[in-house]
Amino acid sequence: MPKALRFGIWVIVSVLAALAFARIALGRGETINAAWLLTAALCCYAIAYRFYSKLIAAKVFALDASRATPAVRLEDGRDYVPTNKWIVFGSHFAAIAGPGPLVGPTLAAQFGYLPGVIWIIVGVALGGAVQDFVILASSVRRNGKSLGQMAREEIGPVAGATALVAVLGIMVVLLAVLALIVVNALKSSPWGLVTIGLTIPVAMLMGVYLRWLRPGRVLEASAIGIVLIVFALFAGQWASNQPSLAATFTLSGTAVALAVMAYAFVASVLPVWLLLAPRDYLSAFVKIGVVLALAGGIIVSLPPLHMPALTQFTDGSGPVFAGKVFPFAFITIACGAISGFHALVASGTTPKMLQREPDARMIGYGAMLMESLVAVMALIAACALTPGVYFAVNAPAGAIGATAASAAEAVRHWGFTLDPTQMETLARQVGEKTLLSRTGGAPSLALGMAQLFANVLGGSAALALWYHFAIMFEALFILTTLDAGTRVGRFMVQDLGKHLWSPLGRVSWYPAVVISSALIVALWGHFLYQGVLDPLGGINSLWPLFGISNQLLATVALCVATTIFIKMGKARYAWITLMPMAWLFAVTMTAGWEKLFAPDVKLGFLSHAHLLEGQVASSALPAAIKSISDARRMIFNDYLDAVVTIFFMVSVVVIIADSGREWLSVLGGRKPVVSSEAPFEAVPVPGD
Amino acid sequence: MTSRELLKAARLRVTNVGSIVRRIIGAPDYERYVAHLRDHHPGAKPMTYDEFARQRMVERYSRPGTRCC
Repeated sequence: MPKALRFGIWVIVSVLAALAFARIALGRGETINAAWLLTAALCCYAIAYRFYSKLIAAKVFALDASRATPAVRLEDGRDYVPTNKWIVFGSHFAAIAGPGPLVGPTLAAQFGYLPGVIWIIVGVALGGAVQDFVILASSVRRNGKSLGQMAREEIGPVAGATALVAVLGIMVVLLAVLALIVVNALKSSPWGLVTIGLTIPVAMLMGVYLRWLRPGRVLEASAIGIVLIVFALFAGQWASNQPSLAATFTLSGTAVALAVMAYAFVASVLPVWLLLAPRDYLSAFVKIGVVLALAGGIIVSLPPLHMPALTQFTDGSGPVFAGKVFPFAFITIACGAISGFHALVASGTTPKMLQREPDARMIGYGAMLMESLVAVMALIAACALTPGVYFAVNAPAGAIGATAASAAEAVRHWGFTLDPTQMETLARQVGEKTLLSRTGGAPSLALGMAQLFANVLGGSAALALWYHFAIMFEALFILTTLDAGTRVGRFMVQDLGKHLWSPLGRVSWYPAVVISSALIVALWGHFLYQGVLDPLGGINSLWPLFGISNQLLATVALCVATTIFIKMGKARYAWITLMPMAWLFAVTMTAGWEKLFAPDVKLGFLSHAHLLEGQVASSALPAAIKSISDARRMIFNDYLDAVVTIFFMVSVVVIIADSGREWLSVLGGRKPVVSSEAPFEAVPVPGD
Repeated sequence: MTSRELLKAARLRVTNVGSIVRRIIGAPDYERYVAHLRDHHPGAKPMTYDEFARQRMVERYSRPGTRCC
């Protein structure tokens, strides 16, 4: 293609992006169409990929197709297997995709669509995709070393050890949050509970099938599994219509929480082939299915956005979670913009599969752009709901009360319209007793998707089926992340715990397995249980904690990347990683500070604890808190959350300080500019 | 092409797609392992499918980095 034509195309793409952004930013007071958000996103991704990732690939790493990757050099048919780039892209995307890009934007919609969409697009292009790409490329050059190993080797043992402990902490918070999302979706919902409950025996059936009946026939087993879970969807509907069954399976939040904890414990102890692996295969299909369904629904119906560009909650008075738009919009949306956890995946199995170095650009940068697109679509689905309905579903009972009338009253007080009968009708249409205060993002996303699908086919009669289809699929892959994560967490506990008590490190010794599993489940289960009992809604405190810890891990990853850049002799490009790192540092430290010390009792852990202490001392407990012991437990939890926040903040400061020391040493000439990359080896030419 | 050839081509296409999908979702790739041993270590005895699958799965679920949030 002639150069002038290519240039012309990119000019058009840029102009389109600018127009779309202008329309989004200037269309105040009018309802704009989702198509503008999609256009802005897609054009910006194209520009970022074509120019920015190319800069990093060419100037910083000088990715070289003639340089043998570890998959080629160390090929062993097991861990190191050179794989076609499209397959690696698919598997990497399936690994990084999860509930994160779906839940975060849904919660951040409380600020309106503008802050969310700007952060998602700009954040991913300059931060998230950069992080994923840079960590992947660095790991490929180091034979597939993990982030923790790279931190230890490039920065120092203190940084490495701190990173390990921080990752365990992040896992605990992540698991608690995911469990809370599941609990909020399944409590008081017999249909949901029966359907999700049935997926457990379905997975075990698949496991048995794969082990004894038809070993290796993963696709067959998955097909059977998918058919069975669709059957489970209808079984759930049937059960919810039988009065006695419906009563048995209508569980309170705490009961579902205990059930989820018990399930995760058992799942992490049972052999992997029986439950975890089949669930994982099913989830991969379900995840891709949900993403495609969401994309299809949005593209076909191109809904108008009913949520305004900015709501009054940018001032921090929001019911879904507390905090002003800065810094909390940037904390709430993690996986769609930048997510530290992705750095673990980018330095996990993916670097050992890369066939050629230049593939890292498409896989590292490109897969993250795709995940960001999923986040944009989730934001669209949330903002396509009328604000009244959105807030009635996402605000906790503490903010809107427990009845449709009180919810309508609260919502009207905020300046949005909501009819009490609207929520009751909607609940009946989707086959739930109530949709009020179903916080956690999953139910409102399911509602948004159901409305989109119902517009396309089925009409409002099919709303119930679409809603439960969406909820079930979301809960399925969230639950799989939970049980797999618990097992990984158990290994981390054993790995770290063996320094304290060495028998704990014996991976196949049953008592060690049971103790560590119980320990990790108890850790996240504690946060989960408190979240369920919290009158402000657990999401209010847990999601910011997850966001802060995740973004802090991203700061660590970017810090490691900066160190690598400097040691490669590319210090003049260090701004590429320093820029997002500095931004994230500012955002997460501000958020952490506010979560600790803000005087607003809905925001600051310590001020909330002091308020409760005062109420306990004067025996003037509010109606939402039933007893003194409940209050004392909430106070303890506030202090615990504060300690966890401080721990994360201190960890990051330690790592940055350690890195800074290293940067100054290298830049000041005291240490050689030597990178720890594996030496160059040419790709073997066929015929050698 | 005769219908038999068409059918054969279609079945090959399906097998290829199946193998691609299996590798994307992370199913243990035993054929690849056996082929590697055959090409690079002739004479070495490969693990049974059972052992291989078990090893792969245990590895997959023991480190943070196979799944994100």
